[in-house]
Amino acid sequence: MSADTTTIESVVFTALEEFGAEKDAINRGASFEQLDVDSLDLAELSQIVEEEFGVNIKSSDVESLKTVGDVLDLIAARA
Amino acid sequence: MRPDGACALVTGGGRGIGAAAATALAADGWAVAVVSRSGGNGADLHLAADITDPEAIGEAFATVEKRLGPVLCLVNNAGITADNLALSLADDEWDRVLDTNLTAAFRLTRRALRGMLRARYGRIVNVASVVGPRANAGQANYAASKAGLIGLTKTVAAEVARKGVTVNAVAPGFIETDMTATVPDAVKRAVPARRAGTPDEVAACVRFLASADAGYVTGTTLYVDGGLAA
Repeated sequence: MSADTTTIESVVFTALEEFGAEKDAINRGASFEQLDVDSLDLAELSQIVEEEFGVNIKSSDVESLKTVGDVLDLIAARA
Repeated sequence: MRPDGACALVTGGGRGIGAAAATALAADGWAVAVVSRSGGNGADLHLAADITDPEAIGEAFATVEKRLGPVLCLVNNAGITADNLALSLADDEWDRVLDTNLTAAFRLTRRALRGMLRARYGRIVNVASVVGPRANAGQANYAASKAGLIGLTKTVAAEVARKGVTVNAVAPGFIETDMTATVPDAVKRAVPARRAGTPDEVAACVRFLASADAGYVTGTTLYVDGGLAA
């Protein structure tokens, strides 16, 4: 399953907004802490990413994901 | 508001409290899938499966989701006993009861949460017991599994509350089913209500906790015991 950067960003940003993050605050450099996105949200994001891109994010991966950019890069690397 | 096109899954729904719960949920407009080892009742879908087999859980969910839609209500009702005093309780008697009553409930919960969190709506009802919070000689394994189920209920409830998923337990006392058929009448006299309860009376509580009205009720245990644990 291929995925271009725009699609990946679109899916991830939409999900983060659904989790309650402020739309204007969502960008590559934003940390999950700043966006008030917690481990439950990231678990759900992992599920979405798996469904959309076939990319598996394990809970051990999640620990090292601190910013939005980290997630985007991980998906791009594995898609 | 309950989303359209969703369904409820009841384990051990072939008889007793489970069958009554399946009927009550159907009366409330849920499409109902029943998973059990034994025969079925009037549910929309009945699957024979052993819930102590992790793969069977995955397969069951896949089948139910395909045929009835996302599972937004899970009733962890399946339960067994294997009574013995702790001194004499065998390893396999301990393991079987914990596996069916607690571990399977956890695995089913874990699987069900995926869809519920995405839908921002979920109702998990765990059928516990007055035994667990209270002692009952000869049932150390059963008591441990039911007390554990209540602990599971509370923590999972806290984890997912903000996503519109509630997790609650019902704690039946002495209810007239196959499981209590051999319990002596003296036990009924110890119940303040002086009678056994019926599966329908427990099912009514499951129905409420599974309803949209119960959206602010979570992490709690509703005793259905005629006053036994009061």
